[in-house]
Amino acid sequence: MSDFRALDGNQAVAEAMRQINPDVVAAYPITPQTEAVQVFSQFVADGEVDTEFVTVESEHSAMSACVGAGAAGARVMTCTSSAGLALMWEITYIAASMRLPMVMMVANRALSGPINIHCDHADSMGTRDNGWIQIYSENPQEAYDNMIQAVRIAEHADVTLPVMVMQDGFITSHSVERVEVFDDAAVSGFVGPYAANFQLLGASRPLTFGALDFYDYYFEHKRQQVEAFSHATEAVLEVAADFNCRFGRDYGLFQAYRLDDAEVAVVVLSSTAGTAKVVVDDLRAQGIRAGLLKPRVFRPFPAAEIVRALSHVKAIAVMDRSTSFGSMMGAGPLFLETAAAFHVLGRAPQIPMVGYVFGLGGRDISPPDLEGVYHDLLAVADSGDVGDPVRYLGVRG
Amino acid sequence: MVTQTETPTRLTLRELAKKPDRLTSGHRMCPGCAAPLVVKQVLMAIDEPVVVVCATGCLEVATTIFPQTAWNVPFIHNAFENAAATASGVEAAYRSLVRQGKIEDDNTRIVVFGGDGSSYDIGLQSLSGAMERGHRLLYVCYDNNAYMNTGIQRSSATPVGANTTTSPVGKVQAGKKGARKDLTAIMAAHGIPYVAQASPHNWRDLMQKVRKATAIDGPSFINVLASCNRGWRHDPADTIEIQRLGVDSCLWPLYEVEDGVYRVTYRPKVKVPVSDYLASQGRFGHLLQPANQYIIEALQADVDRRWERLLRMAGEV
Repeated sequence: MSDFRALDGNQAVAEAMRQINPDVVAAYPITPQTEAVQVFSQFVADGEVDTEFVTVESEHSAMSACVGAGAAGARVMTCTSSAGLALMWEITYIAASMRLPMVMMVANRALSGPINIHCDHADSMGTRDNGWIQIYSENPQEAYDNMIQAVRIAEHADVTLPVMVMQDGFITSHSVERVEVFDDAAVSGFVGPYAANFQLLGASRPLTFGALDFYDYYFEHKRQQVEAFSHATEAVLEVAADFNCRFGRDYGLFQAYRLDDAEVAVVVLSSTAGTAKVVVDDLRAQGIRAGLLKPRVFRPFPAAEIVRALSHVKAIAVMDRSTSFGSMMGAGPLFLETAAAFHVLGRAPQIPMVGYVFGLGGRDISPPDLEGVYHDLLAVADSGDVGDPVRYLGVRG
Repeated sequence: MVTQTETPTRLTLRELAKKPDRLTSGHRMCPGCAAPLVVKQVLMAIDEPVVVVCATGCLEVATTIFPQTAWNVPFIHNAFENAAATASGVEAAYRSLVRQGKIEDDNTRIVVFGGDGSSYDIGLQSLSGAMERGHRLLYVCYDNNAYMNTGIQRSSATPVGANTTTSPVGKVQAGKKGARKDLTAIMAAHGIPYVAQASPHNWRDLMQKVRKATAIDGPSFINVLASCNRGWRHDPADTIEIQRLGVDSCLWPLYEVEDGVYRVTYRPKVKVPVSDYLASQGRFGHLLQPANQYIIEALQADVDRRWERLLRMAGEV
């Protein structure tokens, strides 16, 4: 039986971790992820999990210990944020290259400097090319559901890649909401037992992990990672279908909200999509055909599916809670990916598309801000003139 | 539960010669390099199954060039600065999987190898953390006194005056400035159950220390002097003799710290002058010039002071 509880995003993630009962967790506290690690520590202290919890001295060592434990044959999880993820950066690349199917929650937080503890997506976007599947969550319920699904996606026989599950720092990690917590047995039944493909411990023959590749093999190994991502899309959908069947919530590569007959659409990740839904409803009440596409999976980027889902609209806004310094007009990564997808896969003439960068360092984004975006789009749709293709929303000066 | 190994292999050459090679020949380490000698001795001393964790460095790159490996035991290399953290993960996995009955408890010992670059410098935090947390693992530093894999750059283990490519001898500089870091002392200050210093020329002493270390249900650290003949500039055939000089000069004393108790495990009958050790290696060649005599004198005084201090700590004076 499910249980409905008042949990914030961190507590919901810790609850999922308790139910998944990983063999090893290695984690280091960092705002705003800390609470997840604290709550999980109590589960360890109370003997509610079988997990060996490695209280490392840094995030670099957290990810390093996760690699060691994962290679040893353990099911492994960790959590981090911001500078912690940046410090892990080198080893996240190795974890993915070693094809270790671990799961990491990232409570999205701006990167220093200046130091800032609030939400933006610079941290996870900075690791978007490191070989991890990336799943973004709108609210505590999604963070919980995504953690549970992430284990299956990571360990899927056609995938074996690590997975990051994102939630917005503070906005989601610290907001208490009604969360449906499934029965322990149902969760452990869903994730199932873990058997590594290769492991250091208990193996019938000694294996070498982390060998040196030169130009004669490195490229092929990188190509294999690329191919694993091409299978990951299918695996995400397969796991989502089973999740829906068992728990009755439907997940896909993205969520389309009132998009079918929309004339103008916003593409935005995570908690801002929740705000945008309210705005869509308000605009719909005024007779404006507004729609929303909330990507759930950013890696692998579901390019063809997103192009298909938006092919009927008259103007698109892609909103980034991070930027890519020195990119085309200072656009963010979600815009760049989406624009590239439409350029390669979209119909001609191109649908007018505007990129918005917003909310850096936790700058609030309000319903009127988003209404403004939709009104911008209506003007673009009317005139066919994009104007400024990349705009910074809510910034002074 | 834990089964004790029946009769440990006696530390005699006759018995040890019968043991299978855990690091096979055919690896690409240089002739004369002490590191594979250290590895072979360490692994030969352990009768139980082992998992080897290795930091980036000569040992790693020269033994695991894909698709080949010289390791006949489970082996993992992760990165340069994180061997101890990686080993922490392996150890945590072992504890967890054994406790849950997912794997058999076969007394697996976890042994980490890192050079001085990965142990004294870039990986010191990772090493310190692993020691403090109390993982059951043996960390062996093969200390060749510099970053040899990248081409002989100074590390914090480089002795004063040594000529390296980043502490070169020049018109106004006579090699590396300042004394080396005493990592063994730093590890002893962690209060872990077992810390030792060893040298491969005294294989029985080294192997006995490995035996003690791996018998402990906790962290242990052994620092081993390991010449790199390319960096130290000596004939590959002289490696063992130069290690002996290092120990007999008391520059690299053989000792152990067991539960905080210091014991000198080898006391040279005749204390060789440090200059004999320096004269055996090209990296110190410039120190033999009269103008640099003061560096040798200072080093000799430092070695004497540290040796006397060690003897006092071991209750031998």
